[in-house]
Amino acid sequence: MKKSDILVVGVGGQGVILASNIISETALSAQYDVKKADTLGMAQRGGSVISHVRIGHQIHSPLIKKGEVDILISFEKLEAARWGYYLQPGGVTIVNNHAIPPSSVNTGNEQYPNDQEITSILKQRTDRIGFINGTRHARELGNIRTLNIFMLGSASIFMPLETQAWEDTISQHLSPNIRQINIAAFRKGREEMRNAHLG
Amino acid sequence: MTKLLSGNEALALGAYHAGVKVATAYPGTPSTEILESLARHDDIYAEWSTNEKVAMEVAMGAACAGIRSLVSLKQVGLNVASDPFMAASTMAVNAGIVIACADDPGIHSSQNEQDNRHYAKLAKVPMLEPSDSQEAYEFMSYAFDISEKFGTPTLMLTTTRISHSKSVVKAYRKQAPPARQANFHYDIEKYVMLPIYARLRHSLVEERLTKLATYAETFPLNQVSWGERHLGIITSGVAYQYAREVFPQASFLKLGMTYPLPQNLLLNFAAQVDRILIIEELDPFLQENIRAMGIKAVGKEFIPRTGELNVDIIEKASRSIGLLPEISPQPLKGIPAKLPKRPPLLCPGCPHTGIFFTLSTLGKRSISAKSRAKTTKESPLVITGDIGCYTLGAYPPHNAMDTCACMGASIGNALGMEKTGIAKKLIAVIGDSTFMHSGITGLVNAVYSEGQITIVILDNRTTAMTGHQDHPGTGISAQGKKTRAIDLEQLVRGIGVSNVRVVDAFDMKQLRDAVRNAVDSTELSVVIVRGACVVLMPKRSEPMAIDVEKCNLCGICLQLGCPAIQKEKKQVYIDSALCAGATCTICQQICPRQAIDLKSRVESMKSL
Repeated sequence: MKKSDILVVGVGGQGVILASNIISETALSAQYDVKKADTLGMAQRGGSVISHVRIGHQIHSPLIKKGEVDILISFEKLEAARWGYYLQPGGVTIVNNHAIPPSSVNTGNEQYPNDQEITSILKQRTDRIGFINGTRHARELGNIRTLNIFMLGSASIFMPLETQAWEDTISQHLSPNIRQINIAAFRKGREEMRNAHLG
Repeated sequence: MTKLLSGNEALALGAYHAGVKVATAYPGTPSTEILESLARHDDIYAEWSTNEKVAMEVAMGAACAGIRSLVSLKQVGLNVASDPFMAASTMAVNAGIVIACADDPGIHSSQNEQDNRHYAKLAKVPMLEPSDSQEAYEFMSYAFDISEKFGTPTLMLTTTRISHSKSVVKAYRKQAPPARQANFHYDIEKYVMLPIYARLRHSLVEERLTKLATYAETFPLNQVSWGERHLGIITSGVAYQYAREVFPQASFLKLGMTYPLPQNLLLNFAAQVDRILIIEELDPFLQENIRAMGIKAVGKEFIPRTGELNVDIIEKASRSIGLLPEISPQPLKGIPAKLPKRPPLLCPGCPHTGIFFTLSTLGKRSISAKSRAKTTKESPLVITGDIGCYTLGAYPPHNAMDTCACMGASIGNALGMEKTGIAKKLIAVIGDSTFMHSGITGLVNAVYSEGQITIVILDNRTTAMTGHQDHPGTGISAQGKKTRAIDLEQLVRGIGVSNVRVVDAFDMKQLRDAVRNAVDSTELSVVIVRGACVVLMPKRSEPMAIDVEKCNLCGICLQLGCPAIQKEKKQVYIDSALCAGATCTICQQICPRQAIDLKSRVESMKSL
């Protein structure tokens, strides 16, 4: 692998940071150089959260260049559209098919984009777009908070890291009472993405 | 041992392995995690100090007693600590003292974008700048050694991108060295800065700086790596990492110590390359100092002085002067303009929501600050604000904060406005941790000056914005021990305020009465709004719901700005996954149609 630049985006509280930590730790366990940078701003809750993960043999900048992202993992639809311009042409995009309207939409001052608008924004960069029902699956698994690990499972098929390494990292980073359900979410995410045939 | 660590965690581990035994800080993004990491070791003393000035003074005390100490703070925190910082430069050092300061280029979470490298020059102290977590770890032991060898505090400067990025760290030690025996050597010339002794010390500081400059010439963290000789790049910190990607073939002089600068090393490097480019974030600090040596160096003529750098910005700047070839234009649009923004919000169940809603409904304030500037409708109120989560009260829908300058400024700002004779009532809004940090002296001043302002202290029992650190009001130490809590109400009364009211942050009627009473009063009044930060609440209670039969879509509940209350098409509803429920209920209290109640009650009404 030359390098893999991964952008994980979502809304505060969705577990973006834990997800990007697990990607980084898994890559480290496979002897890669890793750098990771989170952009949180003032957001405690409810703001945009963006995490850059860079994997390769020697990484300098902790931030990914615009237009060079290999894999965009978005936990929310609007955020996928917002950060789509970071994708390289033909990059992989995995979008949780779920909307969290920001306050300006709730108060009627701004419009939430419809699915066609979101897709057309992403299509400017790539055709490899996978919408998956992460929130629905996480709920069906019995814990909405497994969304982040489900999304990781989906993205993992595009990364050169062994399934066992992923599951080991997940086990190390989560407390015993939620380990099994998250491993299940990871496997479910992988399966769903395989079925999506993104190429 | 190989680990992925953030720059802050690496600084903490480096300090721990260097034998730091006393660590002090006041929380501030992006520096907070340094002390948080150190506080986990039970063989050192770590404290959240009341403010950065006190943190610096405590660390100086430890250094005077022969124990290695670390102060960590953010860029504006060093402003608060600048008086003892300058004193620490002059006074003798009996053990290593390091100031880990995190700048915030790009203003991710600050009130300004100052470049603290200037402080090294001002204080005449050595400054180290790591460029990743490995260096953050390694540089710490150099920082303490330099501090002791030259008798000086050492400034360890990072930026948000270093402090908050994670990268691989290989640690050399497994544990901390054993503690030294604390001991104070009585020496009036070294420790008592009366003018007569301060004069002596100033000469020593100048000598020290000369010796440091000589030391910098062979300092192992100033590294030259030769590439092509037509371009030589001088850089430091995270800018080095970006520059390396933009110019992979160039020759580099990477400075690990950026003050004082190694003049001969710089002159030699410059002599061996055709052109010198300096890449640094914010001010032309390196460039001005290097140009003063007679080296023709460019940089800030085309590299921005504002904001964070990144690879894209350096590439674009370099193309503009022909350092990089033009590329065939690649249309890379940024964020599509029409997408709705997602600004940070007060959390559902936040104890600040009720008071800001209350303030927004007083005195014709319910229009935004921007549109207020254009109308003739004058609000009879000015609300001076402060630093914390509650600064978000300045945004719509509350628009209930008119100034925010720096920590503790709200009280002085309000008093100053009042003393002009302005025909407006003044309300200062300040959080409990910020009040402890630097509001107390402002209150003393306001009482002494017979101010008539209203001061609202938002007492959520934590330092919420930076991630819930304890403070003197909570009575819990940085290391989780129970200590003595300062009673806010007693403190305020002790200063001489007699009109003090403590109100429940979730009781809308009490809030309105208390603020009205305080504003109408002709004496200085303090309203303490008490309610725990919702993020620290152990359990969510039953959520609220809206009875759609009763709701007439008046939209008043949406004016709370609560993220749990949402509107979709022609219906307002409460997201039960977000709602804090029975601990809050402020939407229920303000609903003119009594359409909001606990979810189970709304549902049982439906089934009737």
